[in-house]
Amino acid sequence: MSDPITVTAPVRIKLPAHLRKLAQVDGEVTVDLTGPATLRMALDALERTYPVLRGTIRDHSTQRRRAFVRYFACEQDISHDSPDDPLPERVAAGSEPLLIVGAMAGG
Amino acid sequence: MTGVRVLVGTRKGAFVLTSDGKRERWDVSGPHFSGWEVYHVTGSPADPDRVYAAPSGGWFGQVVQRSDDGGVTWSAVGNEFVYEGVPGTHQWYDGTPHPWEFARVWHLEPALNDPDTVYAGVEDAALFRSADGGRTWQELPGLREHGSGPQWQPGAGGMCLHTIVLDPRDPARMHVAISAAGVFRTDDAGKTWRATNRGLQSDGIPDPDAEVGHCVHNLAMHPSRPDVLFMQKHWDVMRSDDAGDTWHDVGGNLPSDFGFPIAVHAHEPETVYVVPITSDSEHFPPEGKLRVYRSRTGGNEWEALTNGLPQQHCYLNVLRDAMAVDSLDDCGVYFGTTGGQVYASSDAGNNWAPIVRDLPAVLSVEVQTIP
Repeated sequence: MSDPITVTAPVRIKLPAHLRKLAQVDGEVTVDLTGPATLRMALDALERTYPVLRGTIRDHSTQRRRAFVRYFACEQDISHDSPDDPLPERVAAGSEPLLIVGAMAGG
Repeated sequence: MTGVRVLVGTRKGAFVLTSDGKRERWDVSGPHFSGWEVYHVTGSPADPDRVYAAPSGGWFGQVVQRSDDGGVTWSAVGNEFVYEGVPGTHQWYDGTPHPWEFARVWHLEPALNDPDTVYAGVEDAALFRSADGGRTWQELPGLREHGSGPQWQPGAGGMCLHTIVLDPRDPARMHVAISAAGVFRTDDAGKTWRATNRGLQSDGIPDPDAEVGHCVHNLAMHPSRPDVLFMQKHWDVMRSDDAGDTWHDVGGNLPSDFGFPIAVHAHEPETVYVVPITSDSEHFPPEGKLRVYRSRTGGNEWEALTNGLPQQHCYLNVLRDAMAVDSLDDCGVYFGTTGGQVYASSDAGNNWAPIVRDLPAVLSVEVQTIP
């Protein structure tokens, strides 16, 4: 696995509708990472920018992904990858969004 | 002008129903937090503009919302509920030890005199407190660390702390109820607790008189008589005259003593309301007739209240937090159903009419009387 690149462009994140409403945003959000371009850094930056999202994507204590949340990037499901793996280059470069998705479940 | 505000939590959002003191015409606002399961919405007795709500969901977990204008606008506050220390285990459905895991908030209980102080009853059962308007939450771990904790088991709905009753005479005393552990009382503001289940009998546990293991569904107290408590248990309607030290059965002539909510009239401490449900496996009213039962004698003698309620083909449920009273001179009584109706009576239950008919399944109903 290659080392994560350090981001120079803001990372784009597309949130599910419930979380867009909670964060009071429309469309995609962009966040500035403070370190290597990994999923963990992107989520840390997202929660730093929108503290109301803490605990809704990852568990407060364990930082594990909530069971019915998935992460997609460049048409790949990266939910089960290590959060410290590098994000795909196109996401790190800001040309593709990181998708945070609520699983198709429930009623 | 005097009026009432009915706060309704449903499977898909919250609704605020408002009316003047006549309670004939209603404004309905909502859904707030649409798509979220709102287990509870309730207002501060110290400041009616302060309202708290507990939306949660399987996808995105728990959120706590706060309004400072009576439910018109809302802001998300703190949602971090972390058990103190190493939380240990309780029993799982199969009897094996299971680690305590936070699932959701079932009930919020604002303090009587301070709008910024609010208690939260959660699943897995524990009691949390916020003293900063919901921004941060701290557990009162003495309850979970009660010696019987490892024996507690979840009821069908999860192992939830669903009822919090504050004693208006003594701020250090409160009662909580947990399914399926029972009732616990603190006399030192939550540091230590004791099980107050003597007199409860439950056929579903090996020792029917056990200290814990009772599936208590709801408690009610009249503020003028804080030593008198009423209980709707899984089966049995119970009463205590000594702040929970002992309980006795007051189900009397009810057609079924299974049910979920229980409430006390605002001005008559011996007038009590329940909604009988057929059985634990048939969560609908007996004979398909939706009847509230009222006792004016503190239990044992009950009368059916049916005017305006469906008396045929009615197969819905009324959940534990879904009945409440207002404190206008003619006491209003309100309840919500899993069929999405909210019924109101402005004459202590003699006559009923729906405020709304087609909400999502109602999880909770609370009422604020607005001065």
